[in-house]
Amino acid sequence: MAVELDVFVGNTIIMSEEVYQLWLDGYTVNDAVKVRMEGGVLDEFDAKADVVLSDTMDQYRTFQMCERLLHSPTKLANQLLFQIPPHRQATLIERYYAFDDVFVREVLGKKLSKGTKKDLDDISAKTGVMLKSCRRQFDNFKRVFKVVEELKGPLVENIRQHFLLSDKLARDYAAIVFFANNRFETGKRKLQYLTFQDLAFCAGQLINNWTVGAVDNMVEDMDVDLDKEFLQELKELKVLITDKDLLDQHKSLVCTALRGKTKAFNEMEANFKNLSRGLVNIATKLTNTKDVRDFFIDLVEKFIEPCRSDHWTAADMKLYLTHYTNSAHILDTFKHQVVWDRYMGVIKSCIFKMYHD
Amino acid sequence: MPGKLKAKIVAGRHLPVMDRASDLTDAFVEVKFGNTTFKTDVYPKSLNPQWNSEWFKFEVDDEDLQDEPLQITVLDHDTYSANDAIGKVYIDIDPLLYSEAASVISGWFPIYDTIHGIRGEINVLVKVELFNDLNRFRQSSCGVKFFCTTSIPKGYRAAIVHGFVEELVVNEDPEYQWIDRIRTPRASNEARQRLIFLMSGELQRKIGLKVLEMGGNAVVGYLQCFDLEGESGLVVRAIGTACTLEKLSSGSGTHTHPNTAPASNACNSPSKDGKEPVFGEDLPSSSGPSTPFRALPTSSSSPPPFSPSKPCSRQSSSSDTDLSLTPKTGMGSGSMGKDAGPLKTLLRQQTQTALEQRQEFPFFTLTSFPSGFLLHVGGVVSARSVKLLDRIHNPALGNTRSYKLLDWNSVTADEPETRDAWWEEIRQEIKSHAKALGCHAVVGYSESTSICEEVCILSASGTAAILNPRYMREGCLDLGGSDQRWFEDPSPSSCGFCHIPYDELNMPFPAQLTYCFHCRRQKVPDVLFTTIDLPSDAAIAGKGCFIQARLCRLKKKGQGEANATAISNQLPFMEYELHTQLMNKLKLRSMNALFGLSIQISVGENMLLGLASATGVYLTALPAPGGIQIAGKTPGDLNTEQHILNIQKRINDTIAKNKEFYEVNPPKLFALDPEVFCGTNVDLTEEVVGSPIPEPRLRSRLFRSHSESSDELSELDLSHGKKDAFVLEVDDTDAVEDIQSLLTDASPPKGFYSCNTETMPGIYNWTSALQMFTSVRVLRLSNANLSNQALNKVFTDLCENLLKSFYFKLRSMIPCCLSHLVFSVAVPEEDLIQVAVTAVAMTFDKDQTQDKPAEKPITKGCSEAEDQLQFSLELCTDSSSINSQSSSKNSAAKLNQNQLIVVRSAGVPESSHLSTRAASVDYGSFADRCSTWLELLRLKAHTIRRGSVKTSRRTQSLAHSVSSLEHSSPLTDGRSRSLRSSRSFGGSSVSVVKMTPLSFLPGTRIVKYVGIINMFFIRETTSLREEGGVSGFLHSFVAEVFAMVRAHVAALGGNAVVSYSMKDCVLMENPNKNQCQCLINVSGDAVIYIRETDQEVTGSTANIRLSCTSSADGAT
Repeated sequence: MAVELDVFVGNTIIMSEEVYQLWLDGYTVNDAVKVRMEGGVLDEFDAKADVVLSDTMDQYRTFQMCERLLHSPTKLANQLLFQIPPHRQATLIERYYAFDDVFVREVLGKKLSKGTKKDLDDISAKTGVMLKSCRRQFDNFKRVFKVVEELKGPLVENIRQHFLLSDKLARDYAAIVFFANNRFETGKRKLQYLTFQDLAFCAGQLINNWTVGAVDNMVEDMDVDLDKEFLQELKELKVLITDKDLLDQHKSLVCTALRGKTKAFNEMEANFKNLSRGLVNIATKLTNTKDVRDFFIDLVEKFIEPCRSDHWTAADMKLYLTHYTNSAHILDTFKHQVVWDRYMGVIKSCIFKMYHD
Repeated sequence: MPGKLKAKIVAGRHLPVMDRASDLTDAFVEVKFGNTTFKTDVYPKSLNPQWNSEWFKFEVDDEDLQDEPLQITVLDHDTYSANDAIGKVYIDIDPLLYSEAASVISGWFPIYDTIHGIRGEINVLVKVELFNDLNRFRQSSCGVKFFCTTSIPKGYRAAIVHGFVEELVVNEDPEYQWIDRIRTPRASNEARQRLIFLMSGELQRKIGLKVLEMGGNAVVGYLQCFDLEGESGLVVRAIGTACTLEKLSSGSGTHTHPNTAPASNACNSPSKDGKEPVFGEDLPSSSGPSTPFRALPTSSSSPPPFSPSKPCSRQSSSSDTDLSLTPKTGMGSGSMGKDAGPLKTLLRQQTQTALEQRQEFPFFTLTSFPSGFLLHVGGVVSARSVKLLDRIHNPALGNTRSYKLLDWNSVTADEPETRDAWWEEIRQEIKSHAKALGCHAVVGYSESTSICEEVCILSASGTAAILNPRYMREGCLDLGGSDQRWFEDPSPSSCGFCHIPYDELNMPFPAQLTYCFHCRRQKVPDVLFTTIDLPSDAAIAGKGCFIQARLCRLKKKGQGEANATAISNQLPFMEYELHTQLMNKLKLRSMNALFGLSIQISVGENMLLGLASATGVYLTALPAPGGIQIAGKTPGDLNTEQHILNIQKRINDTIAKNKEFYEVNPPKLFALDPEVFCGTNVDLTEEVVGSPIPEPRLRSRLFRSHSESSDELSELDLSHGKKDAFVLEVDDTDAVEDIQSLLTDASPPKGFYSCNTETMPGIYNWTSALQMFTSVRVLRLSNANLSNQALNKVFTDLCENLLKSFYFKLRSMIPCCLSHLVFSVAVPEEDLIQVAVTAVAMTFDKDQTQDKPAEKPITKGCSEAEDQLQFSLELCTDSSSINSQSSSKNSAAKLNQNQLIVVRSAGVPESSHLSTRAASVDYGSFADRCSTWLELLRLKAHTIRRGSVKTSRRTQSLAHSVSSLEHSSPLTDGRSRSLRSSRSFGGSSVSVVKMTPLSFLPGTRIVKYVGIINMFFIRETTSLREEGGVSGFLHSFVAEVFAMVRAHVAALGGNAVVSYSMKDCVLMENPNKNQCQCLINVSGDAVIYIRETDQEVTGSTANIRLSCTSSADGAT
């Protein structure tokens, strides 16, 4: 007695969010049935395995048919094949484009190419995210990347409009696109402690302050590419470490302000020149694509690690960076205040975010 | 030249990529009507072409307008090779031909290809300019409205019901033509689709002509079917009920003159070609014992083996054509005077002959009637006949206008027999059965066929009834002299239809008669079976219940006449067993009447399937059903005795459980009806009123049909005595299994009810959430050597599992009712059983089931509350439309954190005796207090067990009231969230189209019928595996069919389909070749509905007040 065919189609789409999630997570039908049965919710209804199986199959088929539409979410609203209530459409899209932080952390900054796709089974094994789900997430990144690549206007807004995502998710995608485009190195062991959310925040900072879009909002790739002129101008900051007077003056200003306010004062004073050199060197090298990629690793190596080894608290860090930034304004021979602020504003918030265990 | 059809191709979207090189398409469109074709320009390199064409004008006969569909083909232009077809759209322009329906067809249609399915969409505008044609000999029937609905459509009044109309057209099936061997599957499918479109258009036109001749203006209960007879051809047939409908709003005072019928010679239906001689391969037709008042087996050739010994004086053979021509009585015509006026007598003589011919069959395809229409119901009448198919002789051979596709040379026109004659024969038999039951009409009439190779079973069934001639056109009914008493003595409407229409001293079959438990004036039978819906004014106790009898019988493979004879011999036994099952199951639920009974018998190569579905109900006018008693054949054996006792106990327990579940509690109802039963308690009633007429055999026995011997035949009457007279004998293992299967029929889970009728008896307070669905399951019998018993079990399990599956899938709609469950079974191949089900799940308000329909509280909710649902039931962007009552008890009790946030953000004023409209109140200030108060409730709801309805219901209504308040306070989080989402999807051009197999949509009012939907699709694939196997293939096809129906309805300006049905779903697969083909035929009425807003406002206010007070109770 084999069931040769078994379908159930509703005029309005029939789906349960639980099954949708199982599908998205890459469960096979049989595994999904197992999970549902174990979930126990079904006991309430005295459901036998075959009933659950049939229901799961129907939903899986529905999702498979919807998947094509989900690839261009705007189509979902005016397609005729399925009658889907608007709030249900939003759920379908939002969940489809949702991703696992552990997974995205692995591919962040990598080229979204076939080569990377081939490595997905390794990533899957490493993160515990099922391969099918990895593929979906990876393809989502790639798809979003491809679409927004050639669009004008703000990145987040473009993603939101073309993929009908929530603000939060659109920002995350913007970060992913930004990372992929600039190929930031995030995979080094030293950076492993950073979560996706840390990096996404930093990406947001960079997008808002350092890209072409920060000054002109009608250029192609405005939010993806860093502002070349700005990077060029950053070279001028070198004076802060090459001019001995300026460096000393800066140090004394900062130390005066910090004295008595923190326990780590001695370490701060001792390390000032090193730290300042580190930060300014990062700035001046950013014209070099290779160094842009190493931006985060440099931040950690040149600044965060020394501070951590000196046991600075987060408050110490805040205090130090605030005074370090502000004191530069008082230096009368330092003429690059605007560039300095644009640079340090981002550096400050990135370091705040990244300074944790 | 009476019509001008205009079409404009606006744009396309989501087209498939046809040119791999550019990933784009150079699309253009061909618009074809009849023989005229127009083309748009090529819109190069786009998947979203904007043709914005001129108006293409077709000047055509209105006859063609009715027959032909507008054919739109989208193609990809190719410079070097032939243009590739992307897909087609067929648009039936019939709805534009009558004034009250749609005036323009405009919208996005899915572009459909029989191989690839839906491939993008096209926006089309169609208009028709119709010139009046006064030619009385015209062949068109523009203006006659068609309704699938089997009741008088909402918003109309039936001025006159004219009666039965039928027609059939036959043709060669293009699939079986020689040319099919050389053309592509696509071309073949398209030829078939187009032909069926043409044929159904022609059929509709011809039926329309008949209606016009009768003086009617509409066909109600229009039922069109296809018989795919394979080699021997294709039959499209239709039946319906001709009526003169008047629109209710437009002043019913307008006098419609019915007698516009032309002379009788215009009446040229093939069915009136006179009686054919007796046909050679005509096989004994069998009539089923489909009621307790068994339909009389009247086939002239050979009676079924267990025909009752009792002769019936009124019985006449089915070949007797004079039945209907009894002279009309004075009573009948007298009541007509009001409608027809003085002109009538004059015209009557003129049209006398025409009438006599036309009104040959007093049949009505309607299943529910205006109050007072149905006087008495006799019981189910049915007839079946087994025929051998042969080349169809087409009576319309001369008329080759529409059939260019055909190769007429291949038609062998030497066979005189026509399908018309077959049906005529069956109808005659039905009519004589009805006569035997003392009835002059058959209501709830339907016809069906089952075909396997060259064998065809024709079936017809209906309910014998006596109708009030006041509504009838004169001559429509044959009123026998003795029947007059019925019209003089109007019985109360709550029980009148139960009173026996036949003569009690001269009963057509043995039956238990008692005096009516309601009025005590007339006799009623002990059990009543009908094919109609429960009359709205019938008095019932408790709720209804879906009852199904299933039967599977093996049959030897055979050829030709021998095979047909074998089938024919099996039929009576099958009907008998189905009937027994139905009766047992009815008793087990302690109910005494069946409505909506439909018995389907399907034939396959090696088996016969029988499926009887009905809705059981307890009619308070009828006596209480007796229990079921188990008796052993060999008393004394201690083991057996014990076993029997056990079974008996289980049966009694089940009966008690069912009584509780379905709330069958007649005494309570008696108490509610003091007029009739003041002070009489039940026992007394039974003693005094319900004393049965003495019946010699109190114990009727049920025998296994195969153990029957001829001398026992006389015992096989189907009447059942009074209480405890129903005995099941446990004489062999089969019987034990039977009882087991009787008991294993699972009742639906708590909160679910099901029925196959339009409305669920006992539930009136529907809320507006609904979900129509189609489900198909095919089972392959792995073991070829199954016994009948094992086969039965397989088939029963298949049906039961389907039901269980529905309950599970729709569990979030609880409390909910599956209405209009229509099962259709087929044996597509040897060892395959196919069951297709279409039904609608509707939610209702559990706590107020006792309310009268008029007081039903229709409450409003908003989309946020809908989030609690596991899946949504409504698709409305305006939040006010969604009824949060639909949220199930369970999900309400399980408000998760997320949902709570929504609730909290909304806030409820504690002292809220405010109406929802009081938007000026600052709800936010209450939010904190309310949230704690809500949380408390939530906790309560968590701790309380599932079964506790009261508390969870409270939570639910609370959540509901909150959300409706939230609807009016735009400041809250939840609201702004929904605003955003509606903004991002607001641009959606897809309008929501509801679908239901019922004739109404709860909580709404149908304001306009915009046209009949009658569509036929073929889908084929040669890459079955790639499409996800047969299930994947059919799943997408069914979804596509829904999509195309919705698109057509939306283009007509409608927002819902009522009386939707899937007539055919024929699936042919060949997994070895990776191929599959499926044909689906659907129909329904496109309508525009509006919400009953007035009622809703008061309803929701009241409900909030109620829920607030109740939740305050809960908090303390």
